[in-house]
Amino acid sequence: MIVDNIVNPTISNELRYEIESRSGQKILSCYQCGKCSAGCRAAFAMDLPPRLIMRSIQIGLEEIVLASNSYWVCLQCQVCSARCPREIDIARVMESLRQRAIEEKAKPPEREVAVFHRIFLKLIKRYGRLYEAGLAAFYNLLSRHFFANLSLLPSMLFKGKLSFRPHKIRGAKKIAIIFEKVKEIESEKASS
Amino acid sequence: MSELVYSYYPGCSLHSSAKEYDISTRLVCQALGIELRELEEWICCGASSAHTASDLLGLALPAYNLKLAEKADLPVVIPCAMCFSRLKFAIAGLKDDATRNQINMVLEEGLAKEVPVESLLKVLDGKSITIPVKKPLTGLKVACYYGCLLVRPMEVANLDDVENPRMMDELVEMLGAESIDWDFKTECCGAGLPLARPDMVLQLSNQILSQAKSYGADCVAVACPMCHSNLDMQQKRMKSEDGEHLDLPILYFTQLIGLALGISAKELALKKHFINPVPMLKDKGLL
Repeated sequence: MIVDNIVNPTISNELRYEIESRSGQKILSCYQCGKCSAGCRAAFAMDLPPRLIMRSIQIGLEEIVLASNSYWVCLQCQVCSARCPREIDIARVMESLRQRAIEEKAKPPEREVAVFHRIFLKLIKRYGRLYEAGLAAFYNLLSRHFFANLSLLPSMLFKGKLSFRPHKIRGAKKIAIIFEKVKEIESEKASS
Repeated sequence: MSELVYSYYPGCSLHSSAKEYDISTRLVCQALGIELRELEEWICCGASSAHTASDLLGLALPAYNLKLAEKADLPVVIPCAMCFSRLKFAIAGLKDDATRNQINMVLEEGLAKEVPVESLLKVLDGKSITIPVKKPLTGLKVACYYGCLLVRPMEVANLDDVENPRMMDELVEMLGAESIDWDFKTECCGAGLPLARPDMVLQLSNQILSQAKSYGADCVAVACPMCHSNLDMQQKRMKSEDGEHLDLPILYFTQLIGLALGISAKELALKKHFINPVPMLKDKGLL
C-alpha cells in the first residue's frame, strides 16, 4: 500500500516504528474516521481518545502520546478493534504502549492502575492464584488510598466472599518459575 | 457415569467473591447430568494484569492450564468470561510457531494437541443440551448483559454476534422469562478498574443499569464475575438521575437456570448478592 511508504523527514517516526513492530499493526492505515473514539467507553477519562492517539503517533507527537493517560485507562474491551473499518487492532496498540511504558519503567500518569496490576502479578506469582483480600489490602497500602472500599468489607465477610488467608496451591513454586523464565526470554529478546 | 464430562476451570473469583456463580454452576450441571471435574492445581489465568505487563506472560499462564487440561484429556468448560478469553488467547497464540516455541520454553513441557475450551454459556445454552423447565420464569423481564470478552475479539471468542449477541436472550426465553431489547449488552462495565479508577466503574456501570431499569428490566443476567461485582457490589454507590438507588438485582445466568429447574433460592445462594433478588422474585411469584 502506498501510504505505508510515506516517510516525512520532518517528523520523528521512531515511536510509530516501535509500536508497529510491537503490535503488528499498521498505524498509517488509520484514516481518522473516529469510530474507535465514538465507541470507546473510556474516552471520557482519556487525555487523548483513541483516534487522537492514532493520529498523534502518525505525525510523530511522541511526547504527547507517551505522557497521556489514555493507554493506562484503556479497558481493553476491544470495541475499537472490532469496529475499525481499516481492521487495525487499536486495543493492541494501546496495550503495546502500556507494555513499552512498563519495560521502560516510565512514570505512569495513572499511578493507581499501575500499582494495581503490579500487586496482582506479585500475588499470583507467590500463591498461584489470586488472593483477593491481599489484593485489596496491598492496593490500599501502596496506592496510599488507605480507606478505599473499606465500607464493602463487612458485607463481603458476612457473605463469605472474602477469605483472610490466601489459598496457596501445591505447585505454586512452578508459577514463580514461569515468571522467571518469561523475564529471561524477554530480556534475551530485548538485548538481541 | 454421566455422558457429558468436562474439565472444570473455575478461576480465582469463583473460589472467593463469586462463590454463588460456582455454587449455581455445579448445581445446574449436576441436575442436567453434566459432570464437572475441577482441574487439579489450576492456576490464575493472569487476567488483565499479565498481558498488560508482557505478551508472553499473558499467554504462558493460561497455557499452563491448557497443559493440565491436556493431561486430563477432557474438554474444558469455563464460567468466567475473563478466564475463557485468556485461555482462548493462549490457544490462538499456540497456533503461531514462534509464539508456541516461546510458550513451550517457559512451560518446559510442550503442548501436544489442542484442547477444546468452551464457555459455560455455550454448554448450557439450551440447544446442545435440553433444559427440563419445571418452574418457568413467567413474567420476569431480564436484561441479558454479555460484557466484552464473551464476544470480543470475535476471532478469539467465536461465540456469538459481536454487536448483538442473542445466546443468553434465547436461553432466558427458553426458561419462560422475557428478554428485553436494549443497547448496553456488550458495553464495558469498567472491567478490572474498581480499585484503581472507581469513578470510571461507577459511571460506566450506572449507565448500563440505568438503561436496563428504564427499559423495564426486573434483573440483569450476567456470565462474568467481574461484570457481576461491578454491577452488584458497587451498585449501592450509584444513583439514578433522580437520585434514587437503582436496586436492580444482578443474577448469574446459572441461577436463572437453577430457579427454572426448581432448585431453591437458598441452594442457589441468591442472598450472597449485595442487591438481594429474593423480594423481587417473590413479588413475581417465582419463589
